[in-house]
Amino acid sequence: MNLRNLSVYFGGILFGFGLAYSGMTKQEIVLSFLRLDDLGLIFVMGGAALVTFVAINIIPKMIAGPILGGVFKPRISVLTRNTIIGAIIFGIGWGISGQCPGSAVASLGTGNYPVIVGLLFMFLGAYIRGRFFKG
Amino acid sequence: MFPLGIEPYLIGGIIIGLGTSLIYILTGLHATQSSFFSATLSYFSKLRHFQEEHFVKERVWRLYLAAGLITGAIIYTILVSPTGFWVTKIELWRLALGGLLVGVGTRLSNGCTSGHGISGLASLSTTSLYAVITFMVTAIITTHLLEIIGVV
Repeated sequence: MNLRNLSVYFGGILFGFGLAYSGMTKQEIVLSFLRLDDLGLIFVMGGAALVTFVAINIIPKMIAGPILGGVFKPRISVLTRNTIIGAIIFGIGWGISGQCPGSAVASLGTGNYPVIVGLLFMFLGAYIRGRFFKG
Repeated sequence: MFPLGIEPYLIGGIIIGLGTSLIYILTGLHATQSSFFSATLSYFSKLRHFQEEHFVKERVWRLYLAAGLITGAIIYTILVSPTGFWVTKIELWRLALGGLLVGVGTRLSNGCTSGHGISGLASLSTTSLYAVITFMVTAIITTHLLEIIGVV
């Protein structure tokens, strides 16, 4: 295990802890946001994005590059038809199940074993995307 | 609007942000989750899509990220959670069908709630902003339509 992977692992522990702390590992809480009964999810995504905004936009002005090597590069992607079609398909799946990739993986750590089914189908979905969709 | 208060949400979100920030400042990597599926499939599938250089290059650290997410949730559940281990009551068909669409959709859109929702928005990416608005609105409509036909 090199230092880089160890860093990712420790950052991942914070990420997973935060997902569980905020209740995002509970599909019922995510669905209550989507029913607009409990809007707390906005603060989870907003709080996380705000802290990450500092890391991506302000820290690189203070240090030359990532401490363990590599380059700072914001996550900018090109808008295509697939971006929007994919987001619609994702939204339907999120609305049906209350699962998204990060929260579903973390949910395993809370003992939520049925989500294994959801994760296996996410792998199948990712395979279908690679096998049958272009671009 | 906020039956459980806003503190757990805001504090949890800040902790998530500290995790993604730590990873970015140390390594320059964006801790996003949906690429984990495609990158892991590169171990098993010879399809050209999964053998793209970036998936093969990323697949090891993405396993560490997934392991970290699970470890963090275990730590929370054992040391902090007032209720302990927890199991969803959502029907399996919904987890399966929803999971399938989440897999196709996030990989086609090249991002999910963490990729577009956290790293993308934090990078001020307009592509991610359009993606977030699209999946939020679609999911809200889907959940309401399901409620109308009695699936809650």
